[in-house]
Amino acid sequence: MPKLDLKELGVRGVNSALHGIPNGANEPDWLITNPMGQHAIACGLDAPIEVTINGHVGFYCGGMNQQAGITIHGHAGVGIAENMMSGQVRVMGSASDSAGATAHGGLLVIEGDASSRCGISMKGVDIVVGGSVGHMSGFMAQSGHLVVCGDASDALGDSIYEAIMFVRGKVASLGADCVEKEMRPEHLAKLAELLNAANIDADPGNFRRYGSARTLYNFDIDNADAY
Amino acid sequence: MAVETPVTQTVTLPATLPRRSATFDDYTLSEIRRAAATGIYDIRGGGAKRKMPHFDDLLFLGASMSRYPLEGYRERCDTNVVLGSQNAKKPIELDIPITIAGMSFGALSAQAKEALGRGATIAGTSTTTGDGGMTAEERGQSKTLVYQYLPSRYGMNPNDLRQADAIEVVVGQGAKPGGGGMLLGQKISDRVAEMRNLPKGIDQRSACRHPDWTGPDDLAIKIRELREITNWEKPIFVKISGTRPFYDTALCVKAGADVVVLDGMQGGTAATQEIFIEHVGQPTLACIRPAVDALQDLGMHRKVQLIISGGIRNGADVAKALALGADAVSIGTAALVALGDNDPIFEEEFNQLGTTAGAYDDWHEGRDPAGISTQDAELAKRLDPIAAGRRLANYLKVMTLEAQTIARACGKSHVNNLEPEDLVALTVEAAAMAKVPLAGTDWIPGRSGY
Repeated sequence: MPKLDLKELGVRGVNSALHGIPNGANEPDWLITNPMGQHAIACGLDAPIEVTINGHVGFYCGGMNQQAGITIHGHAGVGIAENMMSGQVRVMGSASDSAGATAHGGLLVIEGDASSRCGISMKGVDIVVGGSVGHMSGFMAQSGHLVVCGDASDALGDSIYEAIMFVRGKVASLGADCVEKEMRPEHLAKLAELLNAANIDADPGNFRRYGSARTLYNFDIDNADAY
Repeated sequence: MAVETPVTQTVTLPATLPRRSATFDDYTLSEIRRAAATGIYDIRGGGAKRKMPHFDDLLFLGASMSRYPLEGYRERCDTNVVLGSQNAKKPIELDIPITIAGMSFGALSAQAKEALGRGATIAGTSTTTGDGGMTAEERGQSKTLVYQYLPSRYGMNPNDLRQADAIEVVVGQGAKPGGGGMLLGQKISDRVAEMRNLPKGIDQRSACRHPDWTGPDDLAIKIRELREITNWEKPIFVKISGTRPFYDTALCVKAGADVVVLDGMQGGTAATQEIFIEHVGQPTLACIRPAVDALQDLGMHRKVQLIISGGIRNGADVAKALALGADAVSIGTAALVALGDNDPIFEEEFNQLGTTAGAYDDWHEGRDPAGISTQDAELAKRLDPIAAGRRLANYLKVMTLEAQTIARACGKSHVNNLEPEDLVALTVEAAAMAKVPLAGTDWIPGRSGY
C-alpha cells in the first residue's frame, strides 16, 4: 500500500497526490501517516480508492468526498465529511461538531460519539453514530438518515425537513417541529440495512424513529413562538 | 363655524387644516392596518428605500490648474481589473470594474439568469450564482462565473465548485445583515425543489450561519479546504454586509480572502422582512472608507481587492466608489432593471397586483409580469434572454463609459486611479462618511478638527 507521510509532504502534497489518482488506477489503497490533526486532509477526493489515515485529523477531513472510502484511525475535528456526495467515511474514534454537515450522499460512520450539530442540514447522506450525539443534531436536516446508537442531547432535529432519525438511547429533548413517529416495518428494514453497512451490531427493534411534524413548512403567525 | 357678533354680523372663523402625522404617515398607517389584518410581517424584495446619504451627495472636482484632464476621445482610460491575485493560481481578469452580484435561480427565472450571463459576458465581466446552486444556463452563458458558497449549501457540490471561476463565501448581505435567506412556497417549483433537496411548495428558509464554521479563525480553515478542493486555482471572495466594515474587512483578510465584497444596506435581496431591510445595516457610502482604512492599515489595499455593492446606478456611482478606494463594484437591482424589471410597459398588470411600475417589490410572490423574479413558466417565457442580455450589456457599457468620462476629466488614465482627493461632499453627513471635504471648505468631519 503506497504511503503518504503528511509530515513530509504537508497537506497540499498529500491532497495533490490523492487528487491525481485516476479512476481505475492500479493501486486503490493508500495510507496517510502523521496526520497530526491537520485540517482538510483527503478532502475533495473523486476516485474509488480506499484511504487509511493513521492518527487524528482536524477540520473537514474527507470534505466533499466523492466515491472514495476514508478510514480514520483516530478522532476527527469539526465538519468531518462535510458536504460528502458519495463514498464512505469512517471515524474509529469520536467526531467534533457538525459531522456530515450538508452532506448529499454516501455513508458516514462514527464509531465513538459525535458532538453538537451532527448531520446539520444533511441533504441525503446516511450517518451512523455508534455512541451519542450532542445538541442540535439533525438541525434543518433535509433528507437522509441519522442513526444514533447512544443518546441524543437537547433539541434533536430542530426544524427538521424530510430526514429520518433513529435513536436507541435517551433523547434529552426534541427541537421545534420534531416528533417521534411510528416505527413501521420499512423503517426497521432500512435501519437494519444502515447498521449492517456501518458494521455496527445493534438490534433495530431497540430504536425509536423521529422526524418532522411538518407544521412549520409554511408560515403561520400562530406558530411564531415555535421558531 | 359661524358665530353672531354683538352687532349681529355673521363671520367665518379661520379653521386649521387636517394635519397628518409625520410619525404616523400614510405608509406607516397602511402597514399597521395590513399587519393587523394578515398577522404576518411584510416581506418584500429589493434594498432599503428610505432616503439616506449616498453617492449623490458627492461631487467630483474635475481637472483645473493643478490637474490636467485627458482628452475624452483620444487618450486612453483603462477599466480592466484583476481580482484574486493574492493567493489564487488563476485570478479573474475583467474588462470592466462592474460585476453582477449573486442572485439565485429560484429567486430569478432561468431566463433571467441566462440573460445575466449573456449580458455580463458581452460586457467582459462576471456574474455570480446565488442560493440554490449553479444552473447549466448560467454556467453556459457566463464566461466568468463566481460560485457562491452559502450557509444553506443548497445545490452545493464539488463539481460545480471546480467549474467556477471564483468562489464567494457569503457571510452577510447588505439587505439583511445577520439574516438568512427566504424563498416562499410559491417559488419552490419542481426544479427549484430538486436543486435544493426540499419538498415542493414549502416556505424555504436558508440558515443565517454556516453549518460548519463560526468566526474568522474557522473561516480561515474553511477557505483552506476550498482551496485544497480546487487545487488553489480559484480566487476566494468573502461577501460581508455593511455592518462593521473596518473590523469585518480586517477579519476577512486575516481569514485569507483574496477579495472582499462589501454590501451596503441599499443592496437588494430576493425576499426578507421590510423591517430588516430598512432598519439593519449601514448605507453603502458609510462602509467604503472604513473598509479601505482596514486594508491600508494591513498593507493590503490593492492586494486584497475590494468590491462595493448596494445602490450603484450609473457611471458616476462607479467612479465615486472607485475614488473612495474600491477596486470594483457589483450591481444587482440595477442589472435587473436593465433586463426589464419594473418596466412601465407592464403597468396594467402591476396595478392588478396592487402596485405600480417602479415600486413592485413582491418578488417573493413569483408573479412578476416581467418574467424575472418568477418560477411561473408562462411569465418567465416573456423574458427573451438574448434581448435582455443585450440590454444589460448596453447598460454595463454605458456605465463604464460614464466612469471613464469622469476619470478622464479628473486626469486619470485608469478608472482605478481616481482618489478621494478628486471628491467633495455636499452635506456634512456625506463628508463624514466618505471622509472627503465638505464642498467649499477643507473640513472633513472627524478628521480635520471637530
